[in-house]
Amino acid sequence: MATTTTKTETLVGKRIRRREDPRLITGTATYVDDIQLPGMNHACIVRSPHAAARIKGIDAKAALELPGVVAVFTGADTKDVGPVPCGASLPGLRVPHHYILAIDRVYFVGHPVAVVVASDRYIARDAADLIEVDYEPLPAVADPEKALAPGAPAVHPEWPDNIAFTYQQKGGDTDEAFKNAEVIVKERIVSQRLIPAAMEGRGVVADWKSGDKALTIWTSTQIPHLVRTLVALMLGVPEHHLRIIAPEVGGGFGSKLNVYAEEALMGFIAMRLAKPVKWIESRRENFTCTIHGRGHVDYLELAAKRDGTILGMKMKLIQDLGSYHQLLTPAIPTLSVLMMPGLYKFQNIHAEIVGVFTNCVPTDAYRGAGRPEATHVIERMVDILAAELKMDPAELRLLNFVDNESFPFATATGLTYDSGDYAAPLKKALDIVEYHHLREQQKEARAAGRLFGIGMSTYGEICAMGPSPATPAGGWESATVKIEPTGTVTVMTGVSPHGQGEETTFAQIAADELGVPIDDIVVQHGDTAIVQYGIGTFGSRATAVGGTALYFALQDLKKKIKLFGAMLLQSEDVTFADGVCTCNKSGKTVTLQQIAGASYRAMTLPTNTEPGMVATRFWEPPNFTFPFGAHIAVTEVDRETGDIEIKRYVAVDDCGNIINPLIVAGQIHGGVAQGLGQALFERAVYDDDGQLVSGEFMDYAVPRAHMMPWIETEHTITPSPVNPLGVKGVGEAGTIGASPAIVNSVVDALSPLGVRHIDMPMIPETIWNLIRKGAHA
Amino acid sequence: MDSENSRERICGIFNPGMKHSIHLKINGQRYSHDVEPRLLLIHYLREIAELKGPHIGCETSICGACTVLVDGQAVKSCAMFAVQADGCEVTTIEGLATNGTLHPVQEAFWNEHGAQCGYCTPGMIIAAKQLLDRNPHPNEDEIRHGLEGNLCRCTGYQHIVNAVKAAAEKMGA
Repeated sequence: MATTTTKTETLVGKRIRRREDPRLITGTATYVDDIQLPGMNHACIVRSPHAAARIKGIDAKAALELPGVVAVFTGADTKDVGPVPCGASLPGLRVPHHYILAIDRVYFVGHPVAVVVASDRYIARDAADLIEVDYEPLPAVADPEKALAPGAPAVHPEWPDNIAFTYQQKGGDTDEAFKNAEVIVKERIVSQRLIPAAMEGRGVVADWKSGDKALTIWTSTQIPHLVRTLVALMLGVPEHHLRIIAPEVGGGFGSKLNVYAEEALMGFIAMRLAKPVKWIESRRENFTCTIHGRGHVDYLELAAKRDGTILGMKMKLIQDLGSYHQLLTPAIPTLSVLMMPGLYKFQNIHAEIVGVFTNCVPTDAYRGAGRPEATHVIERMVDILAAELKMDPAELRLLNFVDNESFPFATATGLTYDSGDYAAPLKKALDIVEYHHLREQQKEARAAGRLFGIGMSTYGEICAMGPSPATPAGGWESATVKIEPTGTVTVMTGVSPHGQGEETTFAQIAADELGVPIDDIVVQHGDTAIVQYGIGTFGSRATAVGGTALYFALQDLKKKIKLFGAMLLQSEDVTFADGVCTCNKSGKTVTLQQIAGASYRAMTLPTNTEPGMVATRFWEPPNFTFPFGAHIAVTEVDRETGDIEIKRYVAVDDCGNIINPLIVAGQIHGGVAQGLGQALFERAVYDDDGQLVSGEFMDYAVPRAHMMPWIETEHTITPSPVNPLGVKGVGEAGTIGASPAIVNSVVDALSPLGVRHIDMPMIPETIWNLIRKGAHA
Repeated sequence: MDSENSRERICGIFNPGMKHSIHLKINGQRYSHDVEPRLLLIHYLREIAELKGPHIGCETSICGACTVLVDGQAVKSCAMFAVQADGCEVTTIEGLATNGTLHPVQEAFWNEHGAQCGYCTPGMIIAAKQLLDRNPHPNEDEIRHGLEGNLCRCTGYQHIVNAVKAAAEKMGA
């Protein structure tokens, strides 16, 4: 039964603690590895230690003799399973056939070669060591620029130039802009490969019910429905016989916005052995075999007038794709190109992407997916221009921002920015840090020989992915709302939250629309047997697209509530508010609970009405949303050690309307931590032979609590006109804003030494060497 | 029945001659099993004692997702063998609430949004509890350093710091 019938307090906009938390803080949530099925086997995958090698033979005899080992499968067994899919299409894209287990050649360290199935995970792991694979190592190439050099080893022998695609985008007249330029600044900027490193790695459990020919796969994913469609095709299982469940998912950041070989492989094993099977990724596998992010080398030129007016930009973007295309691999750099102009109004751009194969694990979407790279380069280039012109970087930005009256604003890259006031967050951030006073402080610090930096970034991003024509799998989202006979409410959403808190924010939206207490609402997601179809959670889309689908489903439901209310009140003239239907003439009321009960009992029905109280909406957004903001980092560099201290970090973000400020703050903090990680600590390092040197948490510096500064968060609010909630999205904002703000700050700190640019991560060794070089210059 | 099966699978099949008898108390309840000496404590807790609260994030003692209390000390249970816990008292996240009342650290993680995906949370809460046991009034710096053995990829730690501060206030009140 519903707890109470009505509530009057508005919940949208309120700081409400999350409804998913009780299970998380008591250790009672169910992640994939927590699933135990009777008779379940465990799988361990044998992976290539070589970045490139021919497989001359595989001997599994010793492994099969180990008690407890059930089976060993190799590429010969699985070659008829469909390839790991690439959902992105670009003209002329070269797509290597991506078998779920290697056939006769391996292309990166970690490439799956065989799988052992045993009665427990220790035995499976022991048996994996007993499998003898005879490799003939081949030359490998791990660096995208080296892969482009003549004579480089061919990652895929059929394409000796290692080029998977080239892509051009032009807007305006760049030649003219550069001809008219009074100043041109150029730089080579690297956005290094990063490892997403969700705290829960990937994991898959598969269970085959042979009598029903029904396969259920639990997988740690952000996109259960897309996994269902694509794995059904890979395995040849009819889609209606495949159920995908994303249970509690321990973080994704884009790394689980994918379809992986192991999802199909576990399905294959469960079907072949008619027993459930579990595979849990080790951290080493997570680092070597789950997608990486970023991996750009960008060559940039910015043309401007002496007064600071930016005229145009050229970019050559070399994208390290790795050895294969995962779901969206080739599409990610195209997002960078779209966001090239940032928040600025210049209309002339020319971008060229070269997508390069390397003997590394594929790159794909990692928090921000193309937009952090774009923001990093434009925000670095604007600072480089400011230094060249001896202008204040804030003034230069304010001069070039898209004007408030220009919205909706058409960019040179073909986007339409929805709404904005780009100066507002920058001005607010400058006020918070007392910018002019801070510059005075900096002068004093410099006079005292200290390396004191002030850096800012003003970012824009593309969120609410997205209109379907721009999103490979469809960019709409679905929501179903049902009110049960007792008046409780179940929301089923196609988004698949894994830490973002939509069980709370979506309940806030539904509670306000229906006027019922939040405890009467439950939000379900992540199970293809419960939710009809959905696209999933990525690209800061869940609330802006999924929340809007929910909003419209609620409007449909309210119409039906009014119809039944009118019937019960025997009046045409009724209003529905705060969970109660009121006859405007008599003042008589019926509660939502009474109306819901009547709709199911259906003793009498309003004209042209079906029984029940359910509404479903699939909502297609007419445009992306474009959140924006300004981040300022104040840093001091230790001359002796090269260590960077972040003295202040201010984030002013405009994500449109805010549903739950507590959750929004958490998204900003976490985003900043990942951007800061890129700026200061993180780098996936492959050696020349394609070995991943940073293959564990020991060698890859994910920020820890004491490495993070206090983040001061503030907002400006510019509602999006794209959706009725006025929301824009906030999941990636922090990551996008952070890295350029921090790098700009440290470059500013070192600018008295003649430093103009520093590539990430700005580890103390790099900084110390720059200081030494500067000191001797 | 299923738990009997998994016990048998974990402890019995591989090299049964090497099993060691261990007796320990987990969350106030006695457990006795024969286990392989190489069985990690985290696997014992999760698969034999069937306490799924502590998680595995790295198996190399770096991330802290598997943190539990052993005789009152926070340990990374992926870096300890089950046989080393013989005779010990273990507390996992499941044992922190008393009679259905959340521990103040749990309550504070809820109020302050200290968890997002929740995977690091059980270990983080145990580490925070030990931090407050040792230092009931930590400043921000002490909280950050006290939790440096526990990785979180979602929160940027700020709400976790707030949660520990709030728990300290409540526990000190």
